Amino acid sequence: MSGRAWMFGDDVDTDALAPGAYMKGPLSGLASHCLESLDPIFAEAVRPGDIVVAGRNFGAGSSREQAVEVLQVLGVAAVLSRSFAGIFYRNAFNLGLPAIICPQTVGISTGDRLLLETEAGIVTNETTGGTLAMEPVPPHLAQIVRDGGLMAHLKAQRSRDATRGSHEH
Amino acid sequence: MTGEQACVAQTLAEKLIARAAGRVSVTPGEVVTCRVDLAMMHDSGGPRRVKPLLESLGASIWDPARVVVVSDHFSPAGDDESAAILDITRSWVATAGVENFHDGEGICHVVLPERGYLRPGQFVVGGDSHSPTGGAFGCYMFGVGATDMAAILATGETWLQVPETLRIDCNGRFAPGVVAKDLILYLIATLGLGGAAYRAVEFTGTAISSLAMAERMTLCNMTAELGAQTGLIAPDEVTAAYLRTVGVKGVEPGQWYSDPQAPVSGHLRVNVSALEPQVAAPHSPANAVAISELFKVSVDRCYIGACTGAKLVDLQVAADVVRGRRIAESTRFLVAPASAQVAAEAEADGTLAALVGAGADILPTGCGACAGYGGNLLQPGEVCLSSTARNFQGRMGAMDADIYLASPGTVAASAITGRITDPRSFIVGGGG
Repeated sequence: MSGRAWMFGDDVDTDALAPGAYMKGPLSGLASHCLESLDPIFAEAVRPGDIVVAGRNFGAGSSREQAVEVLQVLGVAAVLSRSFAGIFYRNAFNLGLPAIICPQTVGISTGDRLLLETEAGIVTNETTGGTLAMEPVPPHLAQIVRDGGLMAHLKAQRSRDATRGSHEH
Repeated sequence: MTGEQACVAQTLAEKLIARAAGRVSVTPGEVVTCRVDLAMMHDSGGPRRVKPLLESLGASIWDPARVVVVSDHFSPAGDDESAAILDITRSWVATAGVENFHDGEGICHVVLPERGYLRPGQFVVGGDSHSPTGGAFGCYMFGVGATDMAAILATGETWLQVPETLRIDCNGRFAPGVVAKDLILYLIATLGLGGAAYRAVEFTGTAISSLAMAERMTLCNMTAELGAQTGLIAPDEVTAAYLRTVGVKGVEPGQWYSDPQAPVSGHLRVNVSALEPQVAAPHSPANAVAISELFKVSVDRCYIGACTGAKLVDLQVAADVVRGRRIAESTRFLVAPASAQVAAEAEADGTLAALVGAGADILPTGCGACAGYGGNLLQPGEVCLSSTARNFQGRMGAMDADIYLASPGTVAASAITGRITDPRSFIVGGGG
């Protein structure tokens, strides 16, 4: 996948991603406030396919899945970060948003065009020509992403089990 | 695996995970599937989100008796949207056959132990990030999002990457006016937000064994801010005694513990005797410093609430500070007890009367302003000193409000003066 980079710092928290005051309303309303405390123009200016790039501990804080969903509503294709908070990391894969650990994000600026080759584990900055290494997605999570998220994965698993069961009988 | 001996030295976290995974031992880094003993969710991440997911799977709950639902985030409803969320929660538990339902009875992390749901050895998932609170009881408890929760409700199991263990050994004696909240704020500042980096944090040492369960819960609760997978304390006689009071009998202290030789990925030693009251400046719990550094910052609002700052002992400490005094005219003092039971006990022992006598407004129990979902949110430009767990920008209301975090005693002392104030000046050798 390829898209424009949006740079953020360390410890981007779930209150910044999905502010509590809008949590009871519709997702579209919540998404319009996504990251506004860190970058007031982000929610309006981000375009489908764009990639959020951040420092360590992205998604710190709450277990609210809306922190992932608002990024998806805005069209964000992936989050590239030095590290992720544990619950956000699971939530992202469960909902089908690739959360990619990139130990080094030096040389990426907001607006750069990035090419992500997840199989090869390479991020190419097409604007500067530089390349960076990304960590491979763990196999059990890669399968969830291939199936399209955890719910689709469970359905696929159930139908695989059912097929196997019917062959055995 | 038959005949295999548990000859590998293991940490408490590894032993608890191994039990749930049906294994003799587990190794940090491996991914295992665990049977879930108990699944807890609340009104925000619970029924309103898992209902459609379960319907899409065509699945029902694997075992309704192992599910607990607590309405706390939107309770009491301050508007139609909140009321609708509470209604969805009520109708879903009725349809799904979940009898363990606590509607407006308090914050999930406090209601769970109060009602005797938690016990040593269990593997528990919670639909909330502060779920490591349960680790204070020697069960393995961690937070998950709604999709994970839906999968758990459908299957009764979940995957877990076994975390390494970070041991935090706490010795010495807490000085009067210094409490568990100060220790965990100090640790978050020392290690950094997310500094535990997915490890299981286990608290050990004489300063921990002398702590009451409510204080242990505060420590484990805020391992969430350390980015821990969970927080744990090996169950002991204090745990067993607490559990007896909530009707959980037959708990053997000393059954669950880390083997002394078990490898850990880090070992931090803290002498709590030297610890001062801590205050975290905006906008991160990791901005905690000794109170002397923030002394005299003016505060518009002093808030005592949340799972990590409004249990009975928290309210009692606050009452001891303000008893016979009057809050500053420039300050609002708001107290939201962590559960209905806490409120009733604080009413019965005169704690609430002391707080009200000093000028506190007592709010309904629930997550309230801490989650930023309900009423009593911060106004633009307000400065709040809060006993809650998080002070991320905009969390408790207005985006430009400043939130400082501290212990309930510090919040109470500051309500009296209208400025951030060391509670030790109000507790002369009292010891809280």
